[in-house]
Amino acid sequence: MNMKKTLVVLLFAIIGISVSAQDRTVTGKVTDTRDGTPLVAVSVTVKGSNKGTVTAADGTFTIKVSSTTTTLVISYLNYVSKEVLLDSKNIVNVALSQSSDQLNDVVVIGYGSVRKKDLTGSVATITSKDFITGAITTPEQLIAGKVAGVSITSNSGAPGSGSTIRIRGGASLNASNDPLIVIDGMPIDGGGISGQANALALINPNDIESFSVLKDASAAAIYGARASNGVILITTKKGKKGAMKVDFSTQFSVANISKKADVFNGNEIRNIVIANGTSTFKSLLGVSNTDWQDQIYQTAINNDNNISISGAVKNVPYRFSYGYLDQRGVLKTDELKRSTIGLNLNPTLLNNHLSINVNYKLSISNSNFADQGAIGAATSFDPTQAVKSNSSRFGGYWEWLDPTSSTGLKSLSPKNPLGLLMQRQNSSNVSRQIASALFDYKVHFLPDLHVVVNTGFDVAEGKGTNVTNDSAASSYNRFKDASNKFHGGVNTQYLQKRSNSYLNAYLNYAKDIKAIGSRLELVAGYEYQDYKTTNYNYSDLTYNKTVVNAPNFASNVPEYKLISFLGRANLNILNKYIITASVRQDGSSKFNPDNRYALFPSAAIAWKLNEEKFLQSSKVVSDLKLRASYGVTGQQDGIGFYDYISYYNLGSNSAQYQFGNSYYPIYRPNGYYYNRKWEQTATANIALDFGLFDNRVSGTIEAYNRTTTDLLNEINQSAGTNFSNKIVANVGSMENKGVELTLNFQPVKNKTTTWDVSLNATYNKNQITKLTISDDPTYSGARYGGISGGTGNTILIQSVGYKRGSYFVYKQVYNAAGKPIDGLFADLNRDGIINEKDLYQYKGNDPQLFFGASSSVSYKKWNAGFVLRANVGNYMYNNVASSSGTLRNILNPIGYINNGSRDYLTSGFSGNGSNYYLSDYYVQNASFLRMDNINFGYNFGKVLHNKANLRISANIQNAFILTKYKGLDPEVNGGIDNNFYPRPRTFVLGLNLNF
Amino acid sequence: MHSYKYKKMKKNTFKITIATVFSVFMLASCSKQLDLLPTNDITSNQVYKDATGYKQAFAKVYASFALTGNNGPAGNGDIQGIDEGTSDFLRLYWKAQELSTDEAVVSWGDPGIQDFHNMNWSASNPMLTGLYYRSFYQITLANDFIRQASDANLSTRGITGADADNIKKYRTEVRFLRAYQYSILMDLFGSVPFVTEADLLGSVLPKQKTRTELFTYIETELKAIEADLVDARKNEYGRADKAAAWALLARIYLNAQVYIGTAKNAEAITYSKKVIDAGFTLISDYTKLMRADNNLNTSEFILTINYDGVRTQNWGGTTFLTHAPIGGSMTASGFGVDGGWGGLRTTKAFADKFTDITGATDKRAQIYTNGQSADISDLTKFTDGYAITKFKNIKADGSAGSSLVWTDIDFPIFRLSEMYLIYAEAVTRGGAGGDATTALGYINTMRQRAYGNTSGNITSTQLTADFILDERSRELYWEGFRRTDLIRYGKFVESTYLWPWKGGVKGGTSVDAYRKLYPIPSSDISSNTNLKQNTGY
Repeated sequence: MNMKKTLVVLLFAIIGISVSAQDRTVTGKVTDTRDGTPLVAVSVTVKGSNKGTVTAADGTFTIKVSSTTTTLVISYLNYVSKEVLLDSKNIVNVALSQSSDQLNDVVVIGYGSVRKKDLTGSVATITSKDFITGAITTPEQLIAGKVAGVSITSNSGAPGSGSTIRIRGGASLNASNDPLIVIDGMPIDGGGISGQANALALINPNDIESFSVLKDASAAAIYGARASNGVILITTKKGKKGAMKVDFSTQFSVANISKKADVFNGNEIRNIVIANGTSTFKSLLGVSNTDWQDQIYQTAINNDNNISISGAVKNVPYRFSYGYLDQRGVLKTDELKRSTIGLNLNPTLLNNHLSINVNYKLSISNSNFADQGAIGAATSFDPTQAVKSNSSRFGGYWEWLDPTSSTGLKSLSPKNPLGLLMQRQNSSNVSRQIASALFDYKVHFLPDLHVVVNTGFDVAEGKGTNVTNDSAASSYNRFKDASNKFHGGVNTQYLQKRSNSYLNAYLNYAKDIKAIGSRLELVAGYEYQDYKTTNYNYSDLTYNKTVVNAPNFASNVPEYKLISFLGRANLNILNKYIITASVRQDGSSKFNPDNRYALFPSAAIAWKLNEEKFLQSSKVVSDLKLRASYGVTGQQDGIGFYDYISYYNLGSNSAQYQFGNSYYPIYRPNGYYYNRKWEQTATANIALDFGLFDNRVSGTIEAYNRTTTDLLNEINQSAGTNFSNKIVANVGSMENKGVELTLNFQPVKNKTTTWDVSLNATYNKNQITKLTISDDPTYSGARYGGISGGTGNTILIQSVGYKRGSYFVYKQVYNAAGKPIDGLFADLNRDGIINEKDLYQYKGNDPQLFFGASSSVSYKKWNAGFVLRANVGNYMYNNVASSSGTLRNILNPIGYINNGSRDYLTSGFSGNGSNYYLSDYYVQNASFLRMDNINFGYNFGKVLHNKANLRISANIQNAFILTKYKGLDPEVNGGIDNNFYPRPRTFVLGLNLNF
Repeated sequence: MHSYKYKKMKKNTFKITIATVFSVFMLASCSKQLDLLPTNDITSNQVYKDATGYKQAFAKVYASFALTGNNGPAGNGDIQGIDEGTSDFLRLYWKAQELSTDEAVVSWGDPGIQDFHNMNWSASNPMLTGLYYRSFYQITLANDFIRQASDANLSTRGITGADADNIKKYRTEVRFLRAYQYSILMDLFGSVPFVTEADLLGSVLPKQKTRTELFTYIETELKAIEADLVDARKNEYGRADKAAAWALLARIYLNAQVYIGTAKNAEAITYSKKVIDAGFTLISDYTKLMRADNNLNTSEFILTINYDGVRTQNWGGTTFLTHAPIGGSMTASGFGVDGGWGGLRTTKAFADKFTDITGATDKRAQIYTNGQSADISDLTKFTDGYAITKFKNIKADGSAGSSLVWTDIDFPIFRLSEMYLIYAEAVTRGGAGGDATTALGYINTMRQRAYGNTSGNITSTQLTADFILDERSRELYWEGFRRTDLIRYGKFVESTYLWPWKGGVKGGTSVDAYRKLYPIPSSDISSNTNLKQNTGY
C-alpha cells in the first residue's frame, strides 16, 4: 500500500508540473481480464512523456492530454503493460492480464533479490508452477531438464539417492564439481550424513517455492570461494496473509524396473559349459533355470502424503507443513520412510520497518538399505542353480561349497543374491533440523538503508545398525578368535553428527538519483560459516558381538570455517543500462595462514534495448536485453581440511609392527602440501534475453568461456620429497566453453486452451590445458576410474589436450566380418609390443550437447504435459559386459560357474590376460533420449459445497528411453556402468485438495 | 505514531544496530578463528615428545616394509595410484624379481602384471611405479626419522640417558633401512634420485645419482653405521643388527660387476664370512622355513619382515605368497588359509632344477603337480604349470595360524643360506680371502639339510659358478633373488638361457639388453626435471 501511495503522490506531482500543455480529456476504466474487476492505482501515462495519472478505487481514470498525443501506456505491477492508440475517442477502457510469470518478476539472487528485468548476470529461475510433478522425493529432481546448462542426473534408482548436478560442466578435476546449494540464504554442506548419503533428500520437495540457478560469475561471485561450480538458491514456501488455506495432497505410486541386465539364462549357460568346460565344470552344473534378477527385484509401492496450512495469526503470516513419505526400492528390502515438518513465520513489525522471516525444517527418516552387492551377484550368479538348497545351512540359500574350507564355502565365490538381501538388515535413523532467521530492518530515519542479519544452523544426526546374521554366507565364520573359535555375521553400529552454523549480516542501501534518472544499490556484508561433523567410531563386531577390530579413537571431529566480506554495487541508469560489480574476500581454515584469504571480483553490464526509442514501438519485440559479465570464483571443496602441514596418524590395531615379542602401534607422518590455495575460475559470459509478441515467445541465448587455473589437481610428488607420492596441489588449468539456448513459447492461448512449450539446449566443450609443472610429452596423464576386473585396472584419464574424463583404452582390432579379434589390439606407437604406450584417449562420459524439452497443455479442466531429456556425445564403459562377458568369467578358474553378459555372443572373448578390459570395444555410445515424465490432470474445481478445490493427476516417470547403448542404462554418473541400481519406471496417481 | 519519543528511539536503535553489526564483525573476523587442528592426528612435536613416540614412529619405518598403510588390512594407504592391496614392498618387489624369470608365472589380469612375462614393461607400468614409490616412501620416512632423532632435537625435547641411547640406535637402524632401499633401487632402476635427511622436504627437486655413486654411498653408509649397530644376533627380533649390514654388503659386493663394472668378490667373501661366523645355523627342516611361527627361526634368519594375521594385516607379503599359489585341486585348508587366489605357478625350467620334484629326495622341491601340467600353454590358466607349496600359514607343530585370511609368516630379507651361497660363488669367481674347501662345506651343509643326509653332497669339481646359480634357485626360489641372479650370470635378457614364456613367447626368446634395468616411472620423470630415463625406455 505504501508503495502505491508513494506512486500516487509522485504521479500527481508529475501531472502538476505538466498541467499546462493540455488539450483534451480522456477517461476510461482499467479492469482485470480474468473477472473484470476494477484495478486500482494503475499507472496511465502518455507515451514519450512523463505525464500520467493513476486509476481510482473503481478503476477509472481521467487524464488530460495534448492534441499530439497518440498513445497511452497502461502499466501495473505484475500485469502485462498495454499501449493504447488514441484516435479520436475520448473513452478508453482497458483490460490488463496478469503477467504469465508473476513470481518470476522478482528473482532471488545472493544477498537480496532483483527484478528479473534488471538482472545483469546469468540466473535461471524455476518456480513451483514449473516444477516436474509426480513422485519426486528429492528436491533437485524438480528441475531436472528444465534449465539450460544444468545437468541433473539421479545417482541411482535407490530410494532417496541423490543426483549429480553439473552447472556448465563443473569447473574442477579433483576438487568438487558440485554446485553450492543455499537454502533460504543459508549455504549448506553438500555432503550427506551416515544413513543418508544425499543431503538434499532431507528436504521435502513440497516445501520449495523456487530455485534460482546462478550460472555466470557475475551472479555467483558474491558467493566467492564456493561458487566455481555455480550456485543453486532454494527458497522455501512462506506464509501469506489472508484466510487460512489448507492444501492436502496424496500420491500413490507403483515402481518397477524397466529393463534387466542382458545375461544368459540357465539353458544357455548349460550349453556353454557343456561345449567349453572340463568335466569338473560340467559336474558343477545345476538343473534349474533361475532368473536371479527376478529374484532380487520387486514391484515397489510408494506413498507420499503432504499437508500444508497457511494463513496469518494477527499480523504474523505462517505456513506449516507436514509430509510423510514411504518409499520402497525396486531392490528387495530397500525402504525409506521420511517425515518432514516445515514451519515458516514472516511477520513485519515496527510499522513495516522490520521484517522477519523464520524457517524451521525437521526431517526424520528411517531407512533400510539393501545390500546393493546383490545387483552384481544377480547378473553373475549361476542361473542353473536353485534359489534354495535342501540344507538349512546359510539360511537355506544355495551357495558354492567347498568341503575342505573352514567355512564350507568356496573361497572368493559369489554369494546367493537373494541371501545377500534377506540376511542383512542395515537400518538407519537420520534426523535433520535446519533453522534460519532473517531480520531485515529498514532504518527509520534512513529508509533507503536496510540492515539485514541472517543466521541459522543445520544440525543432523545419522545413526544406524548393520546386522548380518551369522548363518549368512557373506560373512560366515569370518573371524577366528584367540582361542581358535569361529564367529560369523556382522553386528555393527554407526553414528555421525553434524552441526553447521552460519551468520550473515549486510547493509543494503538503495537510492534513486533522480538527477541522472538512475538508481544505485549497494550491499556490504560479512559472513561466517562453520561446518563441523562428529564421526563416532565403533568396533567391528560379529553377530554375537565378538570384537574383530576396535578403533583407536572414539570419535573424530573434522571441521572447517569460512570468514568472508562481501560487497556489491548496482547502478541502473535510465532504466536502460545496468551495471553491477561485486567483490568478495574469503578466508578458509583449509589453507595455510599465508594463502588463506583470496579476493573474488566480478562485473557485469546489461543494456535493455527494448527501452530504446527504436524498439519502444515495436509490436514484435516486447523485451530485449544484452548482457555481458566477467568474474572470478573460487573453489575449496573436496580437499583436505588440515593437510597444509604434515600431521602424524596413529595406525589401527591391525596395523602394528612386531619388535621382539611386542607389537607397537605406528605413527605415520601424512602427506601435506603447504602452498595449496584456492582454485580459481574466470568466467566470461555474454547473453541476449528476448521476448517477442507480448512475450508469447521468450528466451535467452548465452555463450560462456570458463577458465579454471591453479586447478586443485592430484599431482605426482617427485620421489623423496613428500610423505605421499600424489597430493592435491594447484597445478594445471582447464577450459569450458559453451552455448546455451532457452526458448519458451505459447503456441495457443485462448479462453479454453493454453499450450506452453519450453526448450533448452546446451553445448559444452571441455578441455584440459595443463596438468603438470613441467611439460612432459611422455606423460600421458592421471589415470583413474577403477573398474571391476583384474586388480587395480582403471579406464579413465585426465590428459592435457583432451576433455576431462576421457577413456584411456586399447584400440580393438576387428576382423573382416566386423567381429572383435580376441586379444588383438592396434600397436599405436609401432614399437612391436603392446603395452601401456599403446593406450589412447577415446571419447568421454560428459555429453557435448544436452537438451531438455517440456510441454504442457491445458484445456478447460484438463491438462497434460511431458518432460523430455536428451544427451548427445556421451559414452559409457560397459563394465558389466567387460567383466562378465567372457568365457573365463563363465568358467571361473577358481572352480565355479558364473553367469555372464550376452555380449559374449558378440565378442567371443576368452577373458585371458588383462588388456581386453581396456578395449575400446567396451566404450559404447550412450547418447539417449529419455521421456522423464508424462503427466495428466483433471481439475474438478469446486467440490464439497464449493468449499474446496479438487484436482487429480497421473504421471508416468521414466516412461521410455531411446539409446544405442547396450547396457542397462546409458546414464550412469562417472562413466562406468558396473551393476547400476536400475532406475524404475513409476506410475503415479495423485490427488490434491485445497480449501 | 511518529512522535518525538519514537524519533529518539530510532536513533538509539540505529546506534545499537551499528554497534551490534560492528562487534559481530570484529569478534568473528579474528583470524585465529581459522586456525583449526585435527582431532586425532597430531604434530611432530607431540609425537616426538617422549621415547614412546619415537619408538612408534620408528616402528612405522619398519612397518612400511610389511604394511600397505596405517589401517590393516587396507583403508589408509601409504602409496597412491595403485591398488592398496598390491602396494606393499614385498608383493611388488617379489613380482619384479620373480615374475620376470623362470621361477614364477601368474594367471591374473592385474594391470601390467603380464608385462613381466612378456618383458615389455613400460615406464608407466603400475607395479614398477608402485615399487619405486614404495622404496622411496621408506627412504622418506627414514629421512624424517633421522631428522627428528638428531642429537639437537633429542636435547631440545629433553630426552636423555637410556632413552636417548636407544633412540640413537633406532636412528642408526633407520640409516640401514635407507641404505637397503637404495640398494633395491640401484638393483632395479640403476640410477635414481637421491635424498637424505639433509634435504628438507619439498625444498628442492632431488638430483639423480649414478649407479656407481649409489653403490659408493651404500657401501660407505653401511660401513659408517656398522660400529653403532647392535651386535649380531643381539637386537630385538625384527630389527637390523651388524649382521644385517654385513649381509647387505656381501650382497652388493657379489653383484658389483653388474653395478659398477668392477668385481668385488674378495669383499663379498669377507662380509658373508662375518655373518656366517656370527653364530647363525640352519634350522633342521627346510620345509619349516616359511611357516606361521617362523619367527622362531632366529638361528637362520638375519633380518625379517614381520607379519601377523591379527596385528599386522595386509593383502600383500606372505598373505599373497600363501594364497596366490593355491588353486586347481589344491586344498586351501592344508595351507592354513580360507581359500586360494589361483594365481602363481612356476615353469618347467625351474622344476627341472630338481631331478626329483616330489620332494622325496631333495625336500626343497615343494612342488604341487596333481592336476597341474608341467608345460604352460596358457599363462592365464592356473592348471598350466606346477604350483609351489613353500609358504604355509601353519605352525611347525601343525597347529593353525592366528587368522585364515592374513598370514603370520615372516619373510626373511636375509638368511644364512644366502651367505653360504655368496661365499661359495665369490670363491668360484676367484675372489681372494676365501677357500674352496670352506665353500664346499657350506654348500654341503645346506644340501644335507635338504636331503636329510649326505646323499646330496657334491664334490669340489661339481662346485662351479653355474652349479651355484642352479643351487641358489633350488634353495632360494620365490624369495626374491632370481632376476638379480640371472642378470649377474648373463642369462636374463640373453638367448643363452630361455625359459617358457620368456619375452612372452611360449618357447622363450631373448629381449633387448636395456631390460636389465627397469625404467624410472614416467610419473617421476614428469615431476622431477633432474631425471634422465634409462636408455631404451
